[in-house]
Amino acid sequence: MPGAMAPRASAPAARYESAATKPSAFEAQAARAKWLMLAPLLVVLLLVAGWPLIRTISESFTDAYLSSPDSKFVGLDNYVALMQDPRWRRAVLNTLAFALISVALETILGVAIALVLNANMPGRGLTRAAMLIPWAIPTVVSAKMWAWMLNDLNGVVNMMLMKIGLIAQPIAWLADPWLAMASVIAVDVWKATPFMALLALAALQTIPDEVYESAKLDGAGAWTIFTRITLPLIAAALTIAVIFRALDALRIFDVIYVLTGTTRATSTMSIYARQQLVEFQDVGFGSAAATCVFLIIAIIVAIVVTVRRVDVEPLRSAS
Amino acid sequence: MSAKSPARAVGFYLLVAAIILYATFPFLWAIITSLKEGSAIGAGFWPTKVTLQNYRELFSEQPFLANIVNSLVVAAAVSLVSIALALIAAYPLSRLRFKGRRAMLLAILGVSMFPQIAVLAGLFEIIRALGLYNSLSGLVLANLILVLPFAAWVLTNFMRDIAVELEDAAIVDGAGPVRIALSVFAPLMAPAMAAVGLLTFITAWNEFLFALTFTLTPDKRTVPVAIALITGATAYETPWGRIMAASVIVTLPLIALVLILQRRIVAGLSAGSVKG
Repeated sequence: MPGAMAPRASAPAARYESAATKPSAFEAQAARAKWLMLAPLLVVLLLVAGWPLIRTISESFTDAYLSSPDSKFVGLDNYVALMQDPRWRRAVLNTLAFALISVALETILGVAIALVLNANMPGRGLTRAAMLIPWAIPTVVSAKMWAWMLNDLNGVVNMMLMKIGLIAQPIAWLADPWLAMASVIAVDVWKATPFMALLALAALQTIPDEVYESAKLDGAGAWTIFTRITLPLIAAALTIAVIFRALDALRIFDVIYVLTGTTRATSTMSIYARQQLVEFQDVGFGSAAATCVFLIIAIIVAIVVTVRRVDVEPLRSAS
Repeated sequence: MSAKSPARAVGFYLLVAAIILYATFPFLWAIITSLKEGSAIGAGFWPTKVTLQNYRELFSEQPFLANIVNSLVVAAAVSLVSIALALIAAYPLSRLRFKGRRAMLLAILGVSMFPQIAVLAGLFEIIRALGLYNSLSGLVLANLILVLPFAAWVLTNFMRDIAVELEDAAIVDGAGPVRIALSVFAPLMAPAMAAVGLLTFITAWNEFLFALTFTLTPDKRTVPVAIALITGATAYETPWGRIMAASVIVTLPLIALVLILQRRIVAGLSAGSVKG
C-alpha cells in the first residue's frame, strides 16, 4: 500500500520532550502499560511477517515439497539451479524492463497531467475526480477491462483502429510476446499514473506564484521555467513517489497474471515464484525464487535509505 | 497559466478532454458491454438493445453474491483489526521514550516493503496449521501484513500532532494510559481513523495473490478472484458480458466512495510518511 510523502510541518512537542511536567506516578504507569499496548501489534506482525519470511528463507536451502513434509538441507543447490534456469532469467529481465518502462512513463505522464491540473481553469475538480477513477478500480478488474478492450476478435481497440484505417487485420495484442509486454505496461500505466499525478500536483501546489513571476520578468521561456524551477522544486516528492512505484512494479503479480497468465513472454519474478510454489509444489526451489525477490527489494530499499538519508518523521528522537 | 489566444484555449481544453476520456473510457466501456446481449457483444459501439441479462446470469450461474459478502467481511474485519491494533500501539510509539522504539518503527516500515511472494509459503503453513485454509479468517490474517504497517505508521504520526495539554489534563485527573488512549485520543483521531480505514478497506478489497492462493472452493472466493476465474460453459468462450457486469458491480461503490471522499484521500495519501 503506498504511503505518501508530503514534507510535514515541524513536529510539535512530543510527550517525552515535556517529561519534566509529567507526574511520576503516570510515568511509572505508562512504562508498565507500554509493552501491553505494543504487544498485540508486535505479536501479529511477527506471526504474519517475521515468521513467514524466516520460513521462506530457511526453506530455500532445502528440497522441501508440499506433498512430502520431511526435507533435507541442500545448501545453495536451489539458488544454483535458479540461476541456470532460462525461464527465471527471462522473468528477472521481464520484471526489470516492466518496472523501468512503466515507472518512467507513469512519472512523465503524471507530471504532465499534474501541470495541466495545476493550471487555473474551470473543470479542474472534474478532471481530478476522473483521474481518481483508475486509482479506485481494483487491479484485477482493470486488468479484465483491458483484456476485453484488447481482445483480438471483439475488442474495442481493434475495432477503433480498423475504423480509422490504421490496421487492416485485427491484432492479437496479448498473444505476441512484444505486444503482450507493451500491453501489460500500458495497463499498469493507466492504473498508476493518477497516483503519480496527484502526488506531483500536491508538490506543484506548494510552489509560490512569486517564483514564477520573477522568472517571467527575467524573460524565461516556459521550458526554461519548467526545467530550472518547477522540476527541481518537485524533485524530492517525485523521487519518493518513484521509489514507491518501483517497489510495487518489482513485485508485480496481479495485472500480469490476469492479462497473460504465466506465459513466458510476460512472466515476472513473483509469477515465476508462485508457479513453482503453488502449481509445481516445489517449496524449496520456489522459496529460493521468493527469497531473491525479497533480496532485490531489500537491497534497493537499503540503497535508497543510505543515499538519500531519508529522514523519517516519527523516528526523530528527542535526545 | 492563462490562455493567451482562443486557439490556445481550445487546445488546452482538448487536452483536458483527452485526459478525462483516457481515465474514464475503460470503465464506461465496461458499463456499455455489460448492457449488451450475449450474441451482440462484439458488434458495434452502442448496445442495440439494453438488457440486464448479464447481471442476472452473474448471480444465477455462480455464487457471486457470496463472493461480494466474502469481500465485504474480509475487508471490514481487516480494517477493524488493523485500526484497533495500530491505535493501541500508536500511543507508546508516538509519546513515550524507550529503548528500541526507533528500531521498532523502522521494522514496521520495513514490513510495509515486503513483497507478498516472500511470505506466501510461510503464511500458507501458518494458515494450514491453524486450520484456516479456504476460510475467510485465513484471508483476514494474511491481509494484515499488507495494512498493519501502514495503519500503525499513519496513526502514530497523527497522534504525535495532538496537543500534549489535552493529555496532561487527563493525567492530572488520574487516568491511565489505556484510558487516555481510548477517551482522549480516539475521538480526536476519528478523521485519521476514517482515512486509514478507507485505505485499508480498499487494499483488502482489491487483494488478489493471497485470496487466490489461500482459497479453494468458489463459495469462499473474494470478488477479485471470482472475476479473474469466471469461465463460460466451455473453455472456448469467455463470458465477457458477465465479467464486465461483475466489474461494474464491484467498481461502482468504490468509485462512489472515492469521489465522495476525494479531498480526504488526497490528504491521506500525503499524510504521515517519509521526508525527502
